[in-house]
Amino acid sequence: MPEFHRKIERSAIGFVLAIVVVSSIGGFVEIAPLFTIDNTVENAPDMRVYTPLEQAGRNIYMREGCYACHSQMIRTLRDEVERYGPYSLAVESKYDHPMLWGSKRTGPDLARIGGKYSDAWQVAHLINPRTVVPESIMPKFGWLRENPLRIDDLGEHLAALRDVGVPYTDDMIANATQDALGQTAPDGDFAAGVVKRYGQATQVRAFDGNPAIVTEMDALVAYLQILGHLTGAAQAELAVQPEDGK
Amino acid sequence: MLAQLTSGERQLSIVVLILMAMVGLAMAAAGRGDPIGVHGFIVLAASVAMIFVMLSALNAPEPSTERLDHYYDDPSKVGVILTMIWAMVGMFFGVWVASLLAWPDLTFDAAWASFGRLRPVHTSGVIFGFGGNALIATSFHVLQRTSRARLPDQFSPWFVLLGYNLFCILAATGYFMGVTQSKEYAEPEWYADIWLVIVWVVYFAIYIRTLARRKEPHIYVANWYYMAFILVVAILHIVNNLAVPVSFGHAKSYSAFSGVQDAMTQWWYGHNAVAFFLTSGFLGMMYYYLPKRAGRPIYSYRLSIISFWGITFMYMWAGSHHLHYTALPEWVQTLGMTFSLVLLVPSWASAGNALATLNGAWHKVRDDATLRFMMAAAVFYGLTTFEGSFMAIRPVNALSHYTDWTIGHVHAGALGWVALITFGSIYCLVPALWKRERMYSAKLIEVHFWLAISGTVIYVFAMWNSGILQGLMWRTYNENGTLTYSFIESMVAMHPYYIARAFGGLLFLLGAITGSYNILMTIRGHSQAALQPGDDAPQRHLAPVAQPAE
Repeated sequence: MPEFHRKIERSAIGFVLAIVVVSSIGGFVEIAPLFTIDNTVENAPDMRVYTPLEQAGRNIYMREGCYACHSQMIRTLRDEVERYGPYSLAVESKYDHPMLWGSKRTGPDLARIGGKYSDAWQVAHLINPRTVVPESIMPKFGWLRENPLRIDDLGEHLAALRDVGVPYTDDMIANATQDALGQTAPDGDFAAGVVKRYGQATQVRAFDGNPAIVTEMDALVAYLQILGHLTGAAQAELAVQPEDGK
Repeated sequence: MLAQLTSGERQLSIVVLILMAMVGLAMAAAGRGDPIGVHGFIVLAASVAMIFVMLSALNAPEPSTERLDHYYDDPSKVGVILTMIWAMVGMFFGVWVASLLAWPDLTFDAAWASFGRLRPVHTSGVIFGFGGNALIATSFHVLQRTSRARLPDQFSPWFVLLGYNLFCILAATGYFMGVTQSKEYAEPEWYADIWLVIVWVVYFAIYIRTLARRKEPHIYVANWYYMAFILVVAILHIVNNLAVPVSFGHAKSYSAFSGVQDAMTQWWYGHNAVAFFLTSGFLGMMYYYLPKRAGRPIYSYRLSIISFWGITFMYMWAGSHHLHYTALPEWVQTLGMTFSLVLLVPSWASAGNALATLNGAWHKVRDDATLRFMMAAAVFYGLTTFEGSFMAIRPVNALSHYTDWTIGHVHAGALGWVALITFGSIYCLVPALWKRERMYSAKLIEVHFWLAISGTVIYVFAMWNSGILQGLMWRTYNENGTLTYSFIESMVAMHPYYIARAFGGLLFLLGAITGSYNILMTIRGHSQAALQPGDDAPQRHLAPVAQPAE
C-alpha cells in the first residue's frame, strides 16, 4: 500500500480527483435514493400548503432563530409520543423549504403545538414568556406586535416557493397579499378568498387581537397554530398502530 | 506590505475592487428596505476603503526580485491577527449566549440582541471567523514550506483572506438583522454563499498552482488534509446551499430541498462541516506543527494513509446519525450509525499517530506549553471521536439527541481539539512569521494553557451532567405509567449547569485574551535578525521535479 500511495501523492491533480471521487460516494448512496424511492414520503391527499400569512410567520420563526431551541420532529419513541403527540411523518414537512426539524430542545418540541394554546396565550407568551411560565428562559419578542408585516411581496415569496416545488397556483400567487390581509380580518372583504383557496379548515382570526393591521405577531401566531395540522396523516397512522412505541 | 505587490498586482486589485464596489452598489440599489441593501452598503464601503488604500500605493516603486527568494508570509501574518480577533469576538458571544440561558434577561430589549440572533454570531464567529482564518493563515505557511515553493502570486492570497473575511462579516451582520437560511452552520444567505464560492475557487487555485511548482517530489501529508478541506467543503457548501432567492432585491431565499431530503442534505453537510472544516484542515495543522515543534518525524506513514482515506471516505456517510428515530428512512439511519462506528478506526489512527510522534519528546511536552497545547489537542481529538461514535449508536442517541450532551460533545471537539491545536500552532507560527526568537512570554502561554484546559473540562462536565439528566427526566415514568416530569421541570433542573457552562466558557475566553496579548507583545518586540536566512526560503533556482509519477 505505501508504494502505491507514494505514486498517487506525486500528482496533485490525481490526488484531487481521488479525494473528490472517494468523498462523493457516501452522499450519492444516501441522498439520491431519497428523491427516487416512492415510500420515502407518505401519501397524504389532505396535505395543504401554507397560506401566505403562515409562510410569513414561518420566515419570522427562522429569522428569530426559534429552531435553535425548538425541534419540530417527534421521534418514534414512546415518551415523545406521549409528551408531544403522534410521531412526525416525512410528509408533514414536504412543503418545508428548508425543514425545521431542529437539533436541540432547550424548549419543548413544537411539531404539534398548533391549537394547544389560545392565540391570547401565544401572544402573551411571546411578549414576555415569564408572565405565563415563570421559570421560562425564552427571550421576549414584544417587538413582533409593533412591527407591521411586510405583505406587498408575498406573491414573490410564493412564486419562489413554486420554483422549488410547492404547488401554489397562479390564483394563490396573484392574491397573496389580499390573503394575508384576509386571514387576519374575519369580517373584512378578503376573508372569503383565503378559505376558498386554502380550504374550509383555514384559521381566519385576528391572531394578535387587533384586526386593524397585520403585524409580525399575527404571522408568527398563525404559523404556530397551524403546526401539526396541515394533514391528519400522523393521527391516522398512529390509530392504525397504537403500540408502535419503538 | 503593499510595496511588495508588483504594479500589475496593484492594478489588478483596483480593477477587482471596482467590480466589487459596483456589485455592492447594485445590491444597495436593488435591496432598498431589505437587509440585502444594508449588505450592499457594507460591500461598497469595504471596497471603496480598499481602493483608497491601494491608490495610496499605486505609484510606489516596483519591488525588487529579491522578494522571490523569500516565502510570501504577509497574508499569513494578517491571517493570524484576524484569527485572534475572531476568537475573542466569537467566544465573547459564546459566553453571552451561555449566560442568557441562565439569566434570560441579561440582554438589550432589542431584536438584534435576542438569543436566536446572537447564537449564530457565536457559532459562525468561532467556526468560520476563528477556525477559517486559522486554516487559511496556516495553510499558506505550511504549503510553501512543504513544497519549497513560493505562493504563485501576491494578489490571490489577499483576495482569499480578505474576501473570506468579508464573507464572515456579511454572515455576522446578517444574523443581527435576522438574515439566515436557518440551516445550522450554513446560515448565510444566497449572495454571501455565491461570494464564498468565488473566494474558494481562488483558494483552490492557489493550492494547485503552488503544488505544481513544488520542489519536493511528494505532496506532504499536511497538504492532503488541507486539500481535502478545501475540496470537500466546496462540494458540501454548493449542494447544501442550493436555493432560489425571492428576488435580487431580497436577502431571503428558499432552499431547493424540503422535508426529509433537506434534512438529510443538511446533516450530510452539517456533520461533514465538522469533518472537513473542523477536522481535516486542523489535522493538516497538526501534521506539520506538532512534529516540527517536537523535533520528531511523524511516527507512521502507514497510519497517516489509513487515517486520511478512512476519514475522507467514511465521514460522508455518517451525517444521518443526526436523524435517528426521525422520519428519515431507517436504512439511511442504519448506514449512518455503521459508518460512524467504523470511523473510530481512522480517527484513532490520527490521534495515536500524533501521540506516538511525541515518544522521545515527552520532556518537551512537560516543559513547553506550546507543544502541550498540541498534545492535549490530540488527546481531546481521540476522546471526542470516541464519544461521537458512541453517541451515533441508535439507543444511545435516543437519550442524547436534543439534549445538552450534544452541545458538550461539540465543545469537547471545538474547544479541546480545534482551539487547542490552533493555539499551539499559532504559538509556533508567530515567532517564525515575525522573525522573533520566541514568544514574548512563556509564562503567559502556561496561563493560557491552564485557562483553556480548565475551561474546557468545566464546560464539558457541565454539559454531560445536564444532558444526561435532561434525557433521563424526559423518559422517566412513574408507577401509574405516565411521564413523571413536565418539560419545564427538566428545564429548571438545568440552571446550575448553565451557570457552570458559562463560567467554563468565560475561562476559555480569558485564555484567548491572554494569548492575544502575548501575540501582540511578540509582534511589537524587537526583531531578532539572527535567524538563518537561507534555511526558511523557497528553492527558486532548482528545476521543478518531473511529474506526474513516471
